[in-house]
Amino acid sequence: MIQPHGGRLIERLLSGPARDAALERAKTMPRLRLDAESVSDVENLATGVYSPLEGFLGEKDFRNVLAHMRLAADLPWTIPIVLDVDRSTADGLKVGIEVALVNDADEPVAVLSLEEKYGFDKAAMAETVFGTTDPAHPGVAKVMGMKDVLLAGKVDLITMAPTPFDRWKLTPKETRVLFKAKGWRTVVGFQTRNTPHIGHEYVQKAALTFTDGVFINPVIGKKKKGDFKDEVILASYEELIRHYYLKERAVMAILQMEMRYAGPREAIHHAVIRKNFGCTHIIIGRDHAGVGKYYHPFAAQDIFEQFPDLGIVPLFFRSFYFCKKCGSVVNEKICPHPDSEQIQFSGTKIRDLLVQGIVPQVELMRPEVAKVIMGFKEPFND
Amino acid sequence: MDKEFTTVSIPTSLHRKVEEAIKGTEIASVSAYVVKVVRESLSKEQEAKEVFSQEDEEKVKERLKALGYID
Repeated sequence: MIQPHGGRLIERLLSGPARDAALERAKTMPRLRLDAESVSDVENLATGVYSPLEGFLGEKDFRNVLAHMRLAADLPWTIPIVLDVDRSTADGLKVGIEVALVNDADEPVAVLSLEEKYGFDKAAMAETVFGTTDPAHPGVAKVMGMKDVLLAGKVDLITMAPTPFDRWKLTPKETRVLFKAKGWRTVVGFQTRNTPHIGHEYVQKAALTFTDGVFINPVIGKKKKGDFKDEVILASYEELIRHYYLKERAVMAILQMEMRYAGPREAIHHAVIRKNFGCTHIIIGRDHAGVGKYYHPFAAQDIFEQFPDLGIVPLFFRSFYFCKKCGSVVNEKICPHPDSEQIQFSGTKIRDLLVQGIVPQVELMRPEVAKVIMGFKEPFND
Repeated sequence: MDKEFTTVSIPTSLHRKVEEAIKGTEIASVSAYVVKVVRESLSKEQEAKEVFSQEDEEKVKERLKALGYID
């Protein structure tokens, strides 16, 4: 089994008497209310999704991640995992204390052992992570709206937040046991925030041809307007797997995490996360984790050159389409026919058809999948 | 914040070889080449080992069964 990033799978889940004691202490701790995205980050830290991180980044790691795309210990890490608070809140918290991290309902989610607090330059962070300071970029907008001080320290999870998708929620420890139980030595991870069309199925199955199993890992959480709703993505994949995959070769579980739309940097982040889940390979397509026209379509592939020590093998797919002459899905390396024979997998085109209640042609989408999507009254995020 | 650096020595002849090898590539310097090669080499040294106890693993398997992931 592939090693977790940094060599050790982090687990900071309180249980039994330790959890009871933390809950008791939390009653008298300063409380910090987290939004849903930060709650997801806390869970990802505590369950090892972000191994080797055990908490929110300290200043040295933060600055190293921005400047060098590595933790201070030289391990590849490209997206800062941070917790922001306003200055007056930070002033009221002393380094060395425990802070109760609570959710929207004011219930304690975790304990933060506060190790550090520091200021940061939002514009510089946005520019470095996203390659732009354009406020129209959703990631930039989020960073510019952050509060002024970052808190750092290890987190210990008290409660895993229930979601409507718990049936699909697995920790890295659980996926590792699952892959082992299935006898998979090589596993390819597929990151998605979309319902599947035939092109997605093609790349997954092409990769699966050379690996033991495919791990379909939709990102559940805050996405941009117009993206498919989480429940639609899951239901459509469930249908695809039921009809078109071998049960012993494909599994799906969710990744609860906000999309940052950081393009190349986020591609590395996604690879690290899948490595922690136990994947040996990851599929990286065109404009992975991109948005608009901020990134070169293959920047998210080229960046892997800088990380010979990542420990997970990226499988790059540049373009794929249905060729009428070949009668199948192909890519630019195997199809000799002209553009006029190609049917492109245009997400916009497929979406328009679905909105109009039209089942896309079978070359674009499995009819079973289309029907599931069309069964939802409002399949897209508002 | 700049990264901290230190110096290592390699034979001058090898240095020249690397200089030749990286000409026209995206690798900017001999140092950058050495960093890349060392990182790559060290990552291959990592041992694959599983750390879950038998009891842990059985508990996880029960949940995976309940969720329908394994029979």
